[in-house]
Amino acid sequence: MNQTVQAPRKSVAGRNPTAAARETKGWLGANRFLLLRRASQLGFLGLFLIGPISLWLARNNHLQQAWWPVKGTLASSVTLDSLPLTDPYMLLQAMLAGHLPATAALTGAVIVLLFYLLLGGRLYCAWFCPINPVTDAAGWLRRKLKIKTAQPPPESLRRWLLLATLVVSLVTGGIAWEWVNPISMLHRALIFGAGAAWGVVAAVFLYDLLFAARGWCGHVCPVGAFYGLLGKFALLRVAAPRRRACDDCMDCFKVCPEPQVIRPALKAVGQDHPLILSSDCTTCGRCVDVCSQDVFRLTTRFNRSES
Amino acid sequence: MTDRPNPTNSRRRFLQQSAAAIGGACVLGLGVGLYGNQARALAPTALRPPGALAEADFLAACVRCGLCVRACPYDTLSLATLGEPVPTGTPYFTARDVPCEMCEDIPCVPACPTGALDHKLTDIDDARMGLAVLIDQEQCLNYLGLRCDVCYRVCPVIDKAITLERYHNPRSDRHALLLPTVHSEHCTGCGKCEQACVLPEASAIKVLPHALAQAKAADHYRKGWEEKDKAGGSLIGDQIQLPVRGLDAPGGTP
Repeated sequence: MNQTVQAPRKSVAGRNPTAAARETKGWLGANRFLLLRRASQLGFLGLFLIGPISLWLARNNHLQQAWWPVKGTLASSVTLDSLPLTDPYMLLQAMLAGHLPATAALTGAVIVLLFYLLLGGRLYCAWFCPINPVTDAAGWLRRKLKIKTAQPPPESLRRWLLLATLVVSLVTGGIAWEWVNPISMLHRALIFGAGAAWGVVAAVFLYDLLFAARGWCGHVCPVGAFYGLLGKFALLRVAAPRRRACDDCMDCFKVCPEPQVIRPALKAVGQDHPLILSSDCTTCGRCVDVCSQDVFRLTTRFNRSES
Repeated sequence: MTDRPNPTNSRRRFLQQSAAAIGGACVLGLGVGLYGNQARALAPTALRPPGALAEADFLAACVRCGLCVRACPYDTLSLATLGEPVPTGTPYFTARDVPCEMCEDIPCVPACPTGALDHKLTDIDDARMGLAVLIDQEQCLNYLGLRCDVCYRVCPVIDKAITLERYHNPRSDRHALLLPTVHSEHCTGCGKCEQACVLPEASAIKVLPHALAQAKAADHYRKGWEEKDKAGGSLIGDQIQLPVRGLDAPGGTP
């Protein structure tokens, strides 16, 4: 029975992209990176939530004292009352808007910049951003319901929008993207209470579900575009060292949030080595998960070996 | 006609897609800018934390992280949520609900990572969050001749920011009116007076943003008595003293 699944050049239209990997690697093997990613997203959010939850428990006499491992939000936070972290994109807009930030914010932004410059800019999108589970859910439901829509807006829109937010910050003297940013709205809603922020999150979900496949994260979001620019020299990269084993099942293309990054590495288009060097790649590792032939590996940008 | 990728076609496609992307970004950017202008409207009852920069500068500097909210020991501050008449995510307080307690160490200010709350503010008496205005003189109990005095008593800068000024009560013609009077050079805008006002629902004394509460003297205005003091004497020389008529005792002078 599983012989037929592994047969090459099988019709791939409409098949579940994880089915083949589940057959060969088991459910856990076929979802390893996805589970790790969800754990990272939840754990990261959890760090921010421990404080408010412990405060609530302390107020209701279930706890002696509130404990704050992390204070603040994604915009700016303090870990263990000493380590400052600040979103460099937001701080850049603040500086263009005419504000010279205090040292805490500058230090925090430099630390965050170095982290993503070193490891991979869009690691943020796949492993930490709270909107990612929302758009992932929309993408999953879209596949399940077989929703087909017209072409999403051009992929370069996000970079132009990034530029536009910087210009608008400069011209209006305000942090432009914060009027809209569903990431900080959702994160703040979870930590400080909601208001109408759910509406914005729902709008992103519906946009990805009904209007454009992977539209928000892959085509619109300037935060992702900013972190993408940071990822030009990232050490952590996905590669396709066993690309000779590829059976063209297209599963990786179906699950990849940025499918355009796979071809150069997998099919040696415009490059010889099997490294995915495009900074659009979010290093989510989903292609590693769903490949039944074990073509992909998470590795460093110096490892150009093939096997 | 051929299988070869046509360079003219791909260039045309690239130009078309770029144009679409740039156009889209411009429209979205313009939308964000206009919406931002709309969304920066601040309700007059929403007060910024102590040390906040002037509103326009504050909006350029505040990254909406909420660290000032966490630093406040009295739960005075909250972050605006979408739909409130305050720029989304920025910190504010409503004096009638929870005023600023004017902590001596001002913990919210050093907590601000960007300096949207000015770290140079070290004496809370120098804070200027707004200005108290006794706005409803028709309902204020002291204006009616009673000795309520609550706003005066709770003022952390009592006898400087709020004083009781004594006037004749023309209604009874034999009592005094002690009118709570705010002095802008000392009022921090903490809002304790507004919170404490005994009237139901709205307070007779309200903390307003300076831009709403204060008028500005025209640049060319001079106060004669100040100029006289500065110059050490009248600037226009001695005046002719004319006799005042009509104050003679009834019946004429003997």
